[in-house]
Amino acid sequence: MSKTSTHPGEWRWEEDGFTVTRTIGWSGPGCHSQCGLLVYSKGNRVFKVEGDPETPYSEGRLCPRCLALPSVVHHPDRLTFPMKRIGQRGEGRWERITWEEAYDTIVQKTKNIQRESGPESIVVMMGTGRNIWHLGAKLGYTGFGTPNVCMLFSGLACYAPRLRLMPITQGQFAVADCSQMFPDRFDNPSWKNPECILIWGNNPVVSNSDTFMGWWIVECMKRGSKLIVIDPRRTWLAHRAKLWLQIRPGTDSALALAMLNVIIEEGLYDKAFVEKWTFGFNELRERAKQYSPEKVEKITWIPREKIIEAARLYASSKPAALQWGVGFEQAKNGVSSILAIQALWGITGNLDVPGGNIINRPTPFHEIPEPLWGRRELSREAKQKRIGGKEYPLVPMAQPDLLVDTMITGKPYPIKMAWIQSTNPIACMAADPRKTLKALHAMDFVVVADLFMTPTAMAAADLILPVASVLERDSIRAECYETAWWGPLRTVNKIIQVGECKSDEEIVLELGRRLNPQAFPWKTVEEMLDFIIRDSGKTFKELRDQGTPRYYSFEYRKFEKGLLRADGKPGFETETGKLMLYNPSFEKLGVDGLPYYEEPPESPFSTPDLAQEYPLILTTGARLWGFFSSEHRQIPELREIHPDPIVEIHPQTAEKYGISEGDWVWIENIHGKCMQKARLTSTIDKRVVHAQHGWWFPEKPGPAPSLFGVWESNINQLVPFGQQGPTGWCAPYRGGLCRIRKVQEK
Amino acid sequence: MTRYGLLIDYEFCTGCHTCELACKQEHGFGTGKTGIKVTEVGPFEVGSEKWSLDYIPVTTDLCDLCSQRVSKGKKPACVAHCQAGVIKFATIKELAEYMELKPKTVLFVPK
Repeated sequence: MSKTSTHPGEWRWEEDGFTVTRTIGWSGPGCHSQCGLLVYSKGNRVFKVEGDPETPYSEGRLCPRCLALPSVVHHPDRLTFPMKRIGQRGEGRWERITWEEAYDTIVQKTKNIQRESGPESIVVMMGTGRNIWHLGAKLGYTGFGTPNVCMLFSGLACYAPRLRLMPITQGQFAVADCSQMFPDRFDNPSWKNPECILIWGNNPVVSNSDTFMGWWIVECMKRGSKLIVIDPRRTWLAHRAKLWLQIRPGTDSALALAMLNVIIEEGLYDKAFVEKWTFGFNELRERAKQYSPEKVEKITWIPREKIIEAARLYASSKPAALQWGVGFEQAKNGVSSILAIQALWGITGNLDVPGGNIINRPTPFHEIPEPLWGRRELSREAKQKRIGGKEYPLVPMAQPDLLVDTMITGKPYPIKMAWIQSTNPIACMAADPRKTLKALHAMDFVVVADLFMTPTAMAAADLILPVASVLERDSIRAECYETAWWGPLRTVNKIIQVGECKSDEEIVLELGRRLNPQAFPWKTVEEMLDFIIRDSGKTFKELRDQGTPRYYSFEYRKFEKGLLRADGKPGFETETGKLMLYNPSFEKLGVDGLPYYEEPPESPFSTPDLAQEYPLILTTGARLWGFFSSEHRQIPELREIHPDPIVEIHPQTAEKYGISEGDWVWIENIHGKCMQKARLTSTIDKRVVHAQHGWWFPEKPGPAPSLFGVWESNINQLVPFGQQGPTGWCAPYRGGLCRIRKVQEK
Repeated sequence: MTRYGLLIDYEFCTGCHTCELACKQEHGFGTGKTGIKVTEVGPFEVGSEKWSLDYIPVTTDLCDLCSQRVSKGKKPACVAHCQAGVIKFATIKELAEYMELKPKTVLFVPK
């Protein structure tokens, strides 16, 4: 590619009558990635979005969602001015108001609730995938003064548990090394192509989750990487894998323990690394011994020979990388899976080596707000009031399963107000959406800030704030857990103004200054952004003006060089300085310090009677090309790719229940039901069905009870709150029970 | 006149639909029309525990090989944005030479 046409080192130029702006695509709409964009605009209109070849993270490649950005930002359904509710909740009658009135209302309600019930009676909810977590946290902790900041997500069952556990067990986060730390990428001489990539609990070419781009794996495949794919579905990657292990959903920790068992007992582990750099190997070994391949075959439905073969291939490949995903957390004992996976890459000597799983430092920590910005400014007294703080000390946010009960019961104290910023829990993320709605309806005051009118906003909002998209926003590519969501420090650059929309930065700063001026000392967004990146030595404008991203030097084997610990000594930043294969500190919390297997709370083995009635295993939430979770359903060229919610059923299972391709099918269990359209496919086990998540229908009536058809196909109606794991992390969004039957009445 | 084409390496096409969106944006096609369309072939069993599944983008009568972009020195929109990097734009001769080395490739020469 000729580099002359894409203006390296510039952030804005003129071309053929268009203004071209270099920026990145994070966010909203939601995404986990930060691909480089060249945006072609005239005045306040965007005409085209292209990939930026000068961004090594994305190399000019884009997914359908960024290519559809012009349709998103100029969509006629965008919220473009603040509104207040004038009818009953859910009636859909709104009145346009000014930002001043909106802010005044919020400030007045906040002060009343703070005075009458205490600031802890306000809850802040955010979604995943938008570059706003530091902002919502700051507003919640220091603007509202509440300790109750969270995602309304049973067990916070996304990347958050891994992000919380890795600092305890290995000091920092680790990710599969696909050369992303280097601007010259796959050509960098110190990087090694992984001999084997173990892909587990995600389908990265579709999900591109947690800033890890799936096509990086494809580039490694072109260079010879063999794949082991562990997935209940035979994905495209599985078709190209050396080994595919079709696992029963929810049994990952048993498989990981069996692989550890094989690797240890066959002596395939890295003995030098284990001796020098790990703690608790003997305890892990004893635990793993309880999980023979024979026993685990019965649990996971994977033939024992394949378990052994996968363990041998992963352990004998030098290097081997492991790309993991949200499938782990979406099982009740996901924490065990996470601990076992870290042990896998640890004892095989793949931690922080080229082509293994690398620790992302040294991104200078203070370039970005600390995790959960503002939390340390909370008083000790306020911190102690966090819902779930006593029960689940490992969870730093409000624990959502307990919170949703508190919102309904008022115990241990009443919750009065919900600030809902870029999350749509009625359609996605929250388990049991009807209980969620009941909890939201129990609030005296609900504010929703989002790009579009969502089922959640329609159902529950008293006040609606229109949020600017990524092309309407000056921002820093920041996220609370920065080293895990790694990418070079970049600016997000405002290109157009849509209606009266304001960016998340503007909303949080303007409201924060009204609520608690000491905590928000910045007069402008630019001042606040300069503060956020103060340790980079650059201002927002300087960073923006450099156009193309800068990379820091990256070193492997930092644990040997004293580059990971605050005291400069070799080792990992953990309580022992070593990789923690066994965590005695967990036992003080009543939690096993070693990984273990526990059956899903509802399964053919744990609840055989229930399984008589609901004989199929239900797994949910595989990602789609065109949508980010519950978003993008109203974008025509993306909806064209995925017109309907799809449930995948094995042809023999479908035949048994009289279901044909394209039939609408009820999926139901003791928690609830929904309908999706059948796709018959041999890629799924006969005993398992997979249903898509996040579905609502912007084209259907908005007012209740329809709420844009959200009750028709939202699969989370079959997932309960309250089955979180013993640490408060993780929940069985996948691996429950269900039955299916053809919809007759539609 | 030298003739050009698009080579697809369908060993590595993931079926992500980026080529379709890039094409629609470049030409303003909106929904229902595109100059390139991803087809799915499979999955079906081809041996013991061996299954075949390929995604192959196919050009349509609306494909003009992005003549306007190419005249400005840019790659065709589908080539520039392809996530898996599996579409090549070059002369038929060059692409045919490449095909001799790389199996699971197909060459489209739109009219």
